[in-house]
Amino acid sequence: MSTATDHPTTAASLQQYLTEKRATGSRLLMPYITAGVCPDWLELVDAVIDAGADALEIGIPFSDPAIDGTTIQEATVVALDAGMTPARALSELQQRQFGVPLIAMTHYNLVYRYGHERFASDLVAAGGLGTILPDLPMEHAHDWRAAADAAGIENVLLAAPVTTDERLAQVVEQTKGFVYVVSTMGTTGARDGVDDAASVLSRRVKAVTDIPAIVGFGISNGETAVTAAKESDGVIVASALMRRILDGATVEEAAALIAEIRQALDAAYPPA
Amino acid sequence: MTTAPVASPNQMGAPDELGFFGEFGGRYVGEPLMGACQEVETAFIDAWADTQFRQDFLHILNTYGGRPSPTTECGNLSEQLGLRLLLKREDLNHTGSHKINNVLGQALLAKRMGKTRMIAETGAGQHGVATATAAALLGMSCTVYMGEVDMKRQELNVFRMRLLGAEVIPAMSGSRTLKDAVNEAMRAWVSEVGDTHYCLGSVMGPHPYPWMVRTFHEIIGTEARQQVQDLTGGLPDVAVACVGGGSNAAGLFAGFADDESVRLVGAEPAGGAAAGRGVPAIVHGMKSYFMQDEVGQILEAESISAGLDYPGLGPEHSHLALTKRAEYYPVTDEEVLESFQLLSRTEGIIPALESAHAIAWVVKAKEELQGQTVLVNMSGRGDKDVQQVQEILER
Ligand SMILES: Cc1ncc(COP(=O)(O)O)c(C=O)c1O
Repeated sequence: MSTATDHPTTAASLQQYLTEKRATGSRLLMPYITAGVCPDWLELVDAVIDAGADALEIGIPFSDPAIDGTTIQEATVVALDAGMTPARALSELQQRQFGVPLIAMTHYNLVYRYGHERFASDLVAAGGLGTILPDLPMEHAHDWRAAADAAGIENVLLAAPVTTDERLAQVVEQTKGFVYVVSTMGTTGARDGVDDAASVLSRRVKAVTDIPAIVGFGISNGETAVTAAKESDGVIVASALMRRILDGATVEEAAALIAEIRQALDAAYPPA
Repeated sequence: MTTAPVASPNQMGAPDELGFFGEFGGRYVGEPLMGACQEVETAFIDAWADTQFRQDFLHILNTYGGRPSPTTECGNLSEQLGLRLLLKREDLNHTGSHKINNVLGQALLAKRMGKTRMIAETGAGQHGVATATAAALLGMSCTVYMGEVDMKRQELNVFRMRLLGAEVIPAMSGSRTLKDAVNEAMRAWVSEVGDTHYCLGSVMGPHPYPWMVRTFHEIIGTEARQQVQDLTGGLPDVAVACVGGGSNAAGLFAGFADDESVRLVGAEPAGGAAAGRGVPAIVHGMKSYFMQDEVGQILEAESISAGLDYPGLGPEHSHLALTKRAEYYPVTDEEVLESFQLLSRTEGIIPALESAHAIAWVVKAKEELQGQTVLVNMSGRGDKDVQQVQEILER
């Protein structure tokens, strides 16, 4: 469980933080929350941290979420209708202290439009240590990376089952924080099972780098999390959590999913 | 890696290695789609360098698509407007619009890549119909994504696609129009890249699509340039086309881009005018001008014509706009409706509502065009629109 003493902004980079957590032997658990998905979304952030999250992805809603499946799309519409904007998300986060690193996940246009330097410094102020911008491939990431580096923000790159060995070598060279292992060829969304592809890709990533490899897309419960974490360093839980909120669950009920996954992971891969 | 497959004119040459025309374009897609885009790029470069492919393409355009399309001199309307009006008749192509050029090119390419299935997005339904047609011809299966709103506006085209054996899936997100259909098609492509080719319908999306789609449409400009010379002994003063994503305009412009005396004009719907906006956006795999709010959320376009109901335009057009080689002007739905009727009455040609935008600009700009030769790309025929126009006029 997190306490104020492991507040990452004083301690570490995202990558260092995750690497140290991993060294305890436990698997990393990283829930995703769309900013503004419910009026009390900041309470949800607190609740999932209390439930055992090691780090948190904060989704900033974009009008055209081409990489997202139906659940995140729905969360996006709810958040946008509630007036969520990048500036508002960052300033609301800034009003609180969280014991774990925050990572902003969004489509690149919002960062581009906000201004690279300004986004980087506002993200730092909000407690952010990293970004995930799935539609900003490394070929086009130069300007954002320069601004992020200067501010101490780590930009996480993704690897997919179709990523070639040659490209994977570039991904692990250029990613920071961790490698986002896309479990399946599809959009974000909870699934009943996790593809074999996830294990294969996790093994490929771990064979070429020591940077933490964390699996996302399709983790819906303890069982899928345990499977996905077998060959990797941890899991990201997004749609399954957002689904609960969209279906009217309270913050506590939604956070119970994260507690369940934490338990399952710790049972299967006990921390030292 | 990227070598220009065509002796492209300088003003509209190949993009750079990363797919940029100046500062616009690129390949802003998630890692799962990277490989698929590279595969299309490699296949396109290889195919376009192959004389046999070029011959097969031309053969199918001519014997199936109905090319070359004629250029028509509009005597009556010319007299009325005080200028010399010529129409490049893409409306006479098989399936009723310019869209078939690109689709036949991509379908041949998909076959060559060993794909068995094509998916497409569509606005007015013209690109969907063309894709369904090519799929039927080449024995491929076909799924078309179409905004739910557009499915209602263009019911007849939905039926046409189904008649041709395609599956039509409504895009239910966002504004339920063209931009949402693009999102849906891109999402579907991710999970089906193995056997499926995404047949994108305009000069937009991730590299190499803007370049490839323009290349397949260059035949419009190439033919028109010769035909105008045959008819008038010279070049037109202005070449005009409507712009949604901008494919018919890009095909026409490519024929004249290096003729400095020829003005290139794109007509955009007032409710979807994107060119020349100060800040580009990154969406649908490209960096280009888009209508967006102050934080970067993409706005919904609003136009009488489903085919132009798109808040952005292709990256090469953004480049042409920024470098001022081409000019882009908005026209209103009212002006379009008037031109739709005007061309029907004076020339016996019922234009697509999209193409009527180009006529509307000519009518609007007629004072400055007095005595000039004006070439308009008649990108499609109006059969699909008559019911909608009837409802509006009799309201
Ligand atoms: C007849 C016609 N013209 C023009 C367009 C717009 O496409 P583009 O701007 O790519 O030429 C469409 C699209 O559906 C169309 O059907």
